[in-house]
Amino acid sequence: MTGLVASYGSGAMSNSMDDIAQLAEAFFVIGSNTTEQHPVFGTMLRRAVRFRGAKLIVADPRRIDLTEFATLHLQQRPGTDIALLNGLMHIILQNGWEDKAFVAKRTEGFEEFRETVMRYPPDKVAEITGVPLEKLYQAAEIMAQSKPMAVMWAMGITQHITGVRNVMSLANLQMLLGNVGVPGGGVNPLRGQNNVQGACDLGGLPNVYPGYQNVTIPAHKEKFEAAWGVKGLKTEVGMTLTEMVPGIETGAIHALYIMAEDPAVSDPDSAHIRHNLQQVDFVALQEIFPSETAAFADVLLPGASFAEKDGTFTNTERRIQRVRRAIPPLGESRPDWVIIRDLARRLMALDPARFDWQAPHVGWDYKHPSEVMDELAALTPIYAGVRYERLEKGERLQWPVKDETHPGTPILHVGQFTRGKGRFHAIDHLEPAEGPDEAYPFIMSTGRVLYHWHGGEMTRRAEGLVKVYDEPLAEINPDDAARLHLDEASRVRITSRRGAIETAVLITERVPPGMVYTNFHFPQAGANELTQAVLDPQAKIPEYKVTAVRVEKVA
Amino acid sequence: MTVKLTIDGQPVEARAGQTVLEAARAHGFRIPTLCYHKDLSPTGNCRMCVVEVEGWRGLQAACVTEVQEGMVVHTQTETVMRDRKLNLELMLANHPMECLTCEANGDCELQDLAYEYQVDVPQWGFKGNRYPVDSDPNPFIHVDMNKCILCRRCVLACAEIQVRDVWGVAQRGFDEVIVAGAGTDLLSARCESCGQCVAYCPTGALTNRMEIGVGRTYDLEKITTTCTYCGVGCQFDLLVKDERVVGVASNPEAPVNGMALCVKGRYGWDFIHHPERLTRPRVRRYLLEGGEKPKGHQLDENPPRAWDWVEVSWEEALDLTARKLHETRRQYGPDSIGIFTSAKCTNEENYLMNKLARQVLGTHNIDHCARL
Ligand code: SF4
Ligand code: SF4
Ligand code: SF4
Repeated sequence: MTGLVASYGSGAMSNSMDDIAQLAEAFFVIGSNTTEQHPVFGTMLRRAVRFRGAKLIVADPRRIDLTEFATLHLQQRPGTDIALLNGLMHIILQNGWEDKAFVAKRTEGFEEFRETVMRYPPDKVAEITGVPLEKLYQAAEIMAQSKPMAVMWAMGITQHITGVRNVMSLANLQMLLGNVGVPGGGVNPLRGQNNVQGACDLGGLPNVYPGYQNVTIPAHKEKFEAAWGVKGLKTEVGMTLTEMVPGIETGAIHALYIMAEDPAVSDPDSAHIRHNLQQVDFVALQEIFPSETAAFADVLLPGASFAEKDGTFTNTERRIQRVRRAIPPLGESRPDWVIIRDLARRLMALDPARFDWQAPHVGWDYKHPSEVMDELAALTPIYAGVRYERLEKGERLQWPVKDETHPGTPILHVGQFTRGKGRFHAIDHLEPAEGPDEAYPFIMSTGRVLYHWHGGEMTRRAEGLVKVYDEPLAEINPDDAARLHLDEASRVRITSRRGAIETAVLITERVPPGMVYTNFHFPQAGANELTQAVLDPQAKIPEYKVTAVRVEKVA
Repeated sequence: MTVKLTIDGQPVEARAGQTVLEAARAHGFRIPTLCYHKDLSPTGNCRMCVVEVEGWRGLQAACVTEVQEGMVVHTQTETVMRDRKLNLELMLANHPMECLTCEANGDCELQDLAYEYQVDVPQWGFKGNRYPVDSDPNPFIHVDMNKCILCRRCVLACAEIQVRDVWGVAQRGFDEVIVAGAGTDLLSARCESCGQCVAYCPTGALTNRMEIGVGRTYDLEKITTTCTYCGVGCQFDLLVKDERVVGVASNPEAPVNGMALCVKGRYGWDFIHHPERLTRPRVRRYLLEGGEKPKGHQLDENPPRAWDWVEVSWEEALDLTARKLHETRRQYGPDSIGIFTSAKCTNEENYLMNKLARQVLGTHNIDHCARL
């Protein structure tokens, strides 16, 4: 969440789902198919609209389910979010609807931002985005008149070459309206997988130690060297996932240790990934199922499912909650924390002289995950006060939890941004890396459906879920379907510059003409065969939402 | 504003606007209910919560009667008890006596009240099933409207919690029945299979198909945990019998979601015991027998025998992995190793992967699919 860090100093969701659902006068949902991706939160939004008349603006190229409840649906062309947001902010400024006190007191960089936005008059924006003028005016008016308004987004905003800048634009909007640091407002990226937030919080990123302590800052290096009893931690950031795999080809990466990830399915440009995974010297894969990636692994270590281990997850609103062991691990499988621990001990035993065995947290003697929590709390300021005993007592903790008596922080940026002043960024619209052309006239977007999850490793093995939704479907507009002579029984081949897949179709008004929408839950027609590994230059997130493709009938 | 009233001879204070039921329950008085649920709008249609109010004509449904200053309420008079019992008799007269095999046995509010009020099931009653026993093809939800007591909780749960309006009421009088959509099946009526209606149904009319026959509620262990699918972080209870997960139940105390769940959280748990689960460590044959690792196109169609899996002990698998990583590190440096940690795993596991990468191996090459 690089964009939010630059704007506010923290990349996390600023508010709680509860306060948003209870107190927002309006919701602006952009690039989030909330009712399918975050279903229970989706129903909270539906309740707010129906039972207390909250306003809902949905900006999405597709007519997603939530639009049924929307006061207004802005159907922007894929990849034109920045133009759309600049256009809305242009109207807000033109009418003097901005929160002048908030902008003056709590932000910086306003003038430059203003100049940029002024270059986006509504008629130009209508042309770029395909959103009719009157809808732009209506949206801006609702935004200005409904305070507080909460903004929510998900991968539809970040999985673009402009992902980081899209997010900065949303951060601009909320500062302009003064909707930050208040209940019912805020900037709210909805995190995908159950514990993306926790994985980011606790050092699962190449540029930060746990708690977003940047690896390039010498003080952080010294802190962790002293705690862990090692020397020579680097002050250069490491490689991202989307760099490591191609790094095999270039000779930078020789071995991978993969825990519960399936890069062969979930990463863009699958053919290229597989080519790389076939070349690497060694892959250890820790998984609960023989995933697609298992075909490339040298060693397979059977991990345990969430039902078989203790621990905590951190949800999208920074809430730390217990995961509890309900059954023993299946067969000889082991909880992942046990496997990592036992591997680490062996590795250290092969090279004991590298470690200072007197250091406070050098060892790996954990007998229970609560001891890991105690250690990480000691080293991670935002988790400093998190303890299993507190969670067991029913305390509800959202980070930052500053010490053992601190009650946690349901809303961020109250009174002051994490970085001090909020920073406006001047952001210009950029055309997507791959627009439609004669050879590839459709825009393909990828995403999730209600009944499945991610690469489908778990949901494809849940009987009922497969009964309801058992094969990949490409959504296509009736007009396009008629031109291509498709009916509900047809199969199509979708070809991009990188590969082709065959799939069944769902003919539906949900997608506008010129667009197809697919999901990546089924490896037999993995949409990522087609997607490109063009990355957002800062966040290194692949562009999944805009791929130019050709669609042909095969049967 | 507080209101003073008397319940069963005891003076109590209530908030203005509270119902008699809420005020009574807040002070520990027991008034039975069937159609009422604190999460849903009260309808007063089952009339189990009737009470007497001095000076008022007839009995009042406590769930829809607001407290008033000076009100004198009796919750246990003979008339009240008789009326409740009669209500139960009427419901049971029309109800299949299948408690022996009913999925809801032990977890049925109708059964509990019949016991509490020692209802004699009238002999003139039940004339046989009026509806098919398994009337809806939904893969998660078992529908048996013969057991429906028309309390409408399902209708309200779908309308007020899920906001989907799938269930409705059709016909009048004796023929009154709960239907999906305009009398179609659930999925055609746009049901999202969230199971909210099942969670709120007080009887065996709506039950979870996956849990049928696997255990009585009182034989199941309940372990509160957090969903493994999306970032909303719903909590629920895993139902366990003989070291197997056999179901999921809503936990009303769940901080984010209360009773609500989505189809994945409520019904997506059976992957846990899927036969494809990996249960023993494996390594490729070449690692045990020596020789070169097959690479590139060798792995495409028919990989060589050296690439076969061989099951090994944990000792062997971990020793081998440690040795390989150690050798790679020595030969090509710490940054020649990449670590993929996981958004599916716990905080503690992610911290440990980070510690393994940074402390033990000495590389910042660690990432997970937050970006994807
Ligand atoms: S499962 Fe959910 S959507 Fe379907 S009828 Fe029940 S409450 Fe409504
Ligand atoms: S199906 Fe269950 S919840 Fe619905 S009216 Fe009948 S008994 Fe009540
Ligand atoms: S139950 Fe559904 S909405 Fe709740 S956390 Fe699980 S997947 Fe997300």
